[in-house]
Amino acid sequence: MTYEEQLAEIAMRDERLIVMTAENRAAIRNLPTILGDRFIDVGIAEQTMIGAAAGLALRGRVVIVHALAAFLTMRAFEFIRTDVGIADLPVIMVGGVPGILSDGNGPTHQAIEDVSIMRGIPNVQVFCPADATDLELGLPHIIASGHPCYIRFTNDVATVAHNTEFRIGISEVVHGPAQGLRDVTILTYGTMMRHVIEAASMLETEGICVQVSNMRTLKPIDVQRIVDAAQSSDLVVTIEDHFRTGGLYSIVAETLLDHAITAHVLPIGLGDRWFRPARLSEVLIHHELTSLAITKRILVALDEYPLLPQHELSIATHGSTQH
Amino acid sequence: MDLKPLDRQILSARSLRVREHILNMSTDGGCFTGASLSCTDLLVFLYEHVLNIRPDTVMDVNRDYLLLSKGHDVPALYGLFAEIGMIDPQRLRNHLSSTDSIYWHPNRSVPGVEFHSGSLGHLLAVGIGIALDIKLRGGTNRVFVILGDGELNEGSVWEACLTAAAKKIDNLIVVIDRNHFQANARTEELIPLDPIDAKFKAFGWNAFNVDGHDMDALNEVFSTALTGATTPTVVIASTIRGSGVPSIQERADRWFCNFTHEEVASLIEELHGAEQTTLTSETLVVR
Repeated sequence: MTYEEQLAEIAMRDERLIVMTAENRAAIRNLPTILGDRFIDVGIAEQTMIGAAAGLALRGRVVIVHALAAFLTMRAFEFIRTDVGIADLPVIMVGGVPGILSDGNGPTHQAIEDVSIMRGIPNVQVFCPADATDLELGLPHIIASGHPCYIRFTNDVATVAHNTEFRIGISEVVHGPAQGLRDVTILTYGTMMRHVIEAASMLETEGICVQVSNMRTLKPIDVQRIVDAAQSSDLVVTIEDHFRTGGLYSIVAETLLDHAITAHVLPIGLGDRWFRPARLSEVLIHHELTSLAITKRILVALDEYPLLPQHELSIATHGSTQH
Repeated sequence: MDLKPLDRQILSARSLRVREHILNMSTDGGCFTGASLSCTDLLVFLYEHVLNIRPDTVMDVNRDYLLLSKGHDVPALYGLFAEIGMIDPQRLRNHLSSTDSIYWHPNRSVPGVEFHSGSLGHLLAVGIGIALDIKLRGGTNRVFVILGDGELNEGSVWEACLTAAAKKIDNLIVVIDRNHFQANARTEELIPLDPIDAKFKAFGWNAFNVDGHDMDALNEVFSTALTGATTPTVVIASTIRGSGVPSIQERADRWFCNFTHEEVASLIEELHGAEQTTLTSETLVVR
C-alpha cells in the first residue's frame, strides 16, 4: 500500500482525518479527488497551513500536513512551536525530501537540522521511518497517539524486514545479533538505512560482529537501546543525514551522560556544513556516506579507539573481536 | 439601525466596569493598558449583541468563536468575562500570580479563551482552520478574529488573508482595533497602513469602516457585515489608545503601564469624569 493509499484508507474509516498541503503534492497526488473537502491546499503558505491545522484540531480533527521538510520545519517553526506544540494538538507534520533526499536542490532546501529543531519542542514527537514500509507500520500509531508529530518522510523501498511490532519510543534491531556482545553497534534512521545495511555486511566479511538498529522515533528515543549499545559493544556508530548538532549523535551523547556511561561513539553524518548539491549518488560519495566509505570509517575507528576498561573482560570471555 | 436606549445604557455601564478592571490590573507588575482600553467597547459590543457565547454555551460546538490575535489586550477580555459571568471576578486579583493563569497574554485554560496568543500574526490562520471545520460540518456559527493594527506588519496576516479569500471563508470576520499605535510609535509614522480597507478589498475581502467606540455605529456596521457575505469580511474599527482615560490617551509611551496604587485610584476617578491624573510612575518600554 502506498502512503496516499494508506491515508485514503484511514480517512475512509476515521472522519476526523483532514489532509493539508502547502502546495506540495508529490506523495499525495490522488488524494484531492478521493478526499474532496477533507483535502485542503492552502497554497505556498506553510505558516497559514500550520495555524489552520491547529484550528481544525481544536475542533476535533486529526490533521496531516505536508510541505517540503525545510520549509515546514523552519519557515513555520514558530507556528509549530506556538500553535501546535504549546497546545499539544494532534497535527502530524510530514516533511518531504528531508536530509540528503533533497539531493540537487541546494542548501535552501536541505532539512538537515529538522530532527534537532523539532525534538526541541515540548509535546512534539519525531518519527524518522527507514523506508515506506516502516512509515506504513508507524503511521497508525502516530495518529493514535493524539499528540503532534514530525515525520521525516521517505518512500524508499525497504531493504530490511521490519519484524518488530511498531511502538513509539522503541527501536528495532534490523541486522546482526539481537543481543549479546558485539564489536560494533550502528544506530541509524531514515534513508541511510540501505547504505548502513550494506556496510554491516561488508564489516562482517572482515570478521566484525555488527548490530544495526533502526531507531524509528527519535523522540521519544529508545534509551535502553542506546545504553545497551554502549555497554555491549566496543564502538557505537551513529549514522544520519543530519548536522552533527542536535541529531542522533547528540541524543546518544545526552543519553549516555544521563546514565554516566562512557563509550566510544563515532558520528557519521553531515558535520557542521550544508552538503554539496548533486545527484544523490554523488552526494553520498562526496560526503563519505556510501556503504564502502562507512565501512572504511568504522574500520579506522576500531583501530584508533583504545578499548574501554569495561570491555576488556568481555572480550577475554567471548573472544568475538578481530582487531 | 440604532440601539434601544436601554441597550446603550447597559453597554456603556459595562464598558465602564471593564475599564475599571483594566486599570486595576495596571499595577503590581502592570499590563498593556493602552491597547486594552482601545478595544474595550468593541469587545463589550460583540459579546452583548453579536456572539452567541455565554457561560453555558462556552463549549457548545455551535458557538461563535472569538480569537484575540492581539493577545496583549487580554485584560479587556478578562474584565469583560468577569462582568458577564464567564469567570469569577475574584480571579482578576490573581493577575500575575503564579497561582492562576491570568497574565499578560491569553491562556486557554480560562473559560471563554479559545486559544492562546501573544505572538502576533497567528490567530487569523487558526481562525481559518476553525472556520473551515465549521463549514465542513455545515455549521452556521462564525469566527471573529481581533487583530491589532500594528499586527498588520506581520507577513503571516497577509498570507492568511490570501488563503481565506481563496477558500471563500465567508464565516470569518476580522475586526481590526485600529488605534493608530503600535508598541512605541504611531503606525503612520513607522509603517504606514492606510488605506487598510483598500488593501483587504484588493485581497478579495469585504471591508467596512466604523467608529469602534460608537455602539450605534457598531450595531449598524455589524448588522450589514454579517448579512449574505460570500467572502471573508474585515471590520476596521477606528479606536483610541487608552480610550476613556484622557491622561494616557493617544500616548506612545503609555502602551504598557505599571502604575502605583494611588495612580490607579486617581485614574479610575478620571474614568468617571474627574480631572486628569498627574502620573509620576515610570514609562516602560517593553519592546
